[in-house]
Amino acid sequence: MSKLYSGAEIVFKCLEDQEVEFIFGYPGGAVLPIYDELKNHSSIKHILVRHEQGAGHAAEGYARSSGKPGIVLVTSGPGATNVVTALTDAYMDSVPLICISGQVPTHLIGTDAFQECDTTGITRPCTKHNWLVKDIKDLPKILHEAFEVATTGRPGPVLVDIPKDIQFAKTNYSKPKKIKKVNGKSHNKFTQNEINELINLISKAKKPMIYTGGGVINSGPKASEALREFVRLIGFPITSTLQGLGAFPGDDNQFIGMLGMHGTYEANNAMHDCDLLINIGARFDDRITGKIDEFSPKSKKVHIDIDPSSINKIIKVDLAIVGDVNEVLKSTIKKINQKQNGIKVSNKQKISKWWEQIQKWREKDSLGFINSDKTIKPQHAVQRLYELTKSQDTFITTEVGQHQMWAAQHYKFNKPNRWMTSGGLGTMGYGLPAAVGVQIAHPDKLVIDIAGEASVLMTMQEMSTAVQYNLPIKIFVLNNQYMGMVRQWQELLHEKNYSESYSEALPDFVKLAEAYGCKGIKASNPQELDEKIKEMIDHKGPVIFDCQVDPNENCFPMIPSGKPHNQMILGPSDKEENKITGKGKALV
Amino acid sequence: MANPKSAYSIPTKKGKPDTHIIVVWVDNEAGVLARVVGLFSGRGYNIESLAVAEIDAAKNISRITIVTTGTPQVIDQIKLQLKKLVPVHKVADFKREDKKVIFKEMALLKVVGKKKKIEKCLKACKTYNPVILDKSSKSVVIQITALRREIDKMSKKLKSLGLISTSRTGAIAMTRGADVFK
Repeated sequence: MSKLYSGAEIVFKCLEDQEVEFIFGYPGGAVLPIYDELKNHSSIKHILVRHEQGAGHAAEGYARSSGKPGIVLVTSGPGATNVVTALTDAYMDSVPLICISGQVPTHLIGTDAFQECDTTGITRPCTKHNWLVKDIKDLPKILHEAFEVATTGRPGPVLVDIPKDIQFAKTNYSKPKKIKKVNGKSHNKFTQNEINELINLISKAKKPMIYTGGGVINSGPKASEALREFVRLIGFPITSTLQGLGAFPGDDNQFIGMLGMHGTYEANNAMHDCDLLINIGARFDDRITGKIDEFSPKSKKVHIDIDPSSINKIIKVDLAIVGDVNEVLKSTIKKINQKQNGIKVSNKQKISKWWEQIQKWREKDSLGFINSDKTIKPQHAVQRLYELTKSQDTFITTEVGQHQMWAAQHYKFNKPNRWMTSGGLGTMGYGLPAAVGVQIAHPDKLVIDIAGEASVLMTMQEMSTAVQYNLPIKIFVLNNQYMGMVRQWQELLHEKNYSESYSEALPDFVKLAEAYGCKGIKASNPQELDEKIKEMIDHKGPVIFDCQVDPNENCFPMIPSGKPHNQMILGPSDKEENKITGKGKALV
Repeated sequence: MANPKSAYSIPTKKGKPDTHIIVVWVDNEAGVLARVVGLFSGRGYNIESLAVAEIDAAKNISRITIVTTGTPQVIDQIKLQLKKLVPVHKVADFKREDKKVIFKEMALLKVVGKKKKIEKCLKACKTYNPVILDKSSKSVVIQITALRREIDKMSKKLKSLGLISTSRTGAIAMTRGADVFK
């Protein structure tokens, strides 16, 4: 008879077999048997956070920067409810997480026991799948299946709820088998005919556009390589969603900037006027499409996505290719090269006029802003940060708001997995714990959280985690004393009624940093900015950087609500701007 | 009209909604019904009726039949989202008007009254395969199987004849002929 293992041992045996190196967690009564077992497994390191939401976001940062699933371990009741925001965030942004939660013993379930909650009930809508383990015999299989579900197809979070008595109970352990696809859910369904049709559309297009999203990043670094090859082969302009940044080099001439609500003038106008739109791993999110009825009205639309339910959900497409981005692109490149006999006869000449038009839009310089020598403009701060860090392999996380959009607009990413931001759920407080996770995965790299002062206070306690593990994360706070994006909307849409968007009391961030045991740096004018940023980069430990920026700056360009792509509001440096702003205001 | 100050886009015009019958084969495990129903409520889809029971004890499979209304786009989403659920094996979808499929609901009707009225009731039910499940000197429980709208009609009609309680199932469906749902 084979050896019997306790539930807690099985959890670790499974994590070992899945090659897990880090767990982000927080102990509590209902997971104590698992925590007791931790000491016997030296290959797995536990990162103790300060709040379970931080554990979830740290695991997200870890997963998104490393391509491996993030592991979260929390207790029952409040431990589980605190992680719900992070699970929902991971669900919206397709990040593979495996959350293991403790639960009260099975005989107490349903009795309103101490720290009991219906964890599987609460997390059902924010996970790909979840399990309540009621029988120890099921535990090994469920844990292996949890990894399978989280990491295959469109990735996402899963949760395994393990009652305390199950953690003590004993059973045999079985290694993960190559599971046959869960209920026959295969993901690469595309046919050669669809590839041929795509190539046919590519060869006919006069005004083509490629619009890429987080699916390219999720498909792995090879997909980004395939994308670069594909885009250079056919010579089309390419734009990206917030989540897709880095899949294609941000400083490449074929890249025309991010699209959507705060995307560039050229990207949005090109989306509107194109005659062929190739969506690669994006989902036509409402921050991207603007008004649906007038979304890219003249184009044939192609959608490449691994998730069949993303197809035709918001925008009807003419050609749907369900499959892994890397596989589809490799297959397409191969076919193009075959067809053209190795000669790159795409229709680069046919689209030269289109490029001229895009160049005209580009000349608007829609990301421009009026710089100042008295106050630090937030855009300028991000640009300086980029210039001073671009020589090294830098990882950027953000919180949510204006600073996030400025980071997306002005920081150029050249590699995938370098940009971690909460796009779908828009979780303020994401960036700091995510930076913790990124630094865990990449201990020798520079990790910066471009933050807002309001967001960062939501999960500030994780600085303590960073100090404990000596993680040299840099929290670059664009401090404008406002919830900037709220203030911007109130200015543009609610007659400047700045209802509750100003923080009348804020901590002294330098002293706060010192209180946590790390370094605080403050910059309050443009003259000292560069020097202070260098000081931050050169410091070996964690830093909170209080960058005091112009509190009244707005994030432009912008598509107002309910407007199509070609009706953007441009920034104040644009001469026509006043007219457009006036009209735009009246229209929204 | 949508609030013009909204940060979200204004809803666009919708297609015409149709009634569909969705049949879902699932693993019969704890919480599976909650997953299916939660998907409907969470994404704002509508459920008109629902019938569920285990159909294969050996393979542990349950069959869920859901009547729903939605635009073609919504019905598509319902199917695709259902297929993504881990315990879902397959999903079939039919329009209510589909001639190749039989839809049936069952109802239990309790009528209290004099003999004459009860007889009138039974007569009225005649076309819907009435079965008398219980009878006393002043009451009767009748089982009928029919379409939803027919049962609606009957329960209205029998009100004046002493119908005091109605219990009904959701619709279930089966293809005609030798074919089975794919």
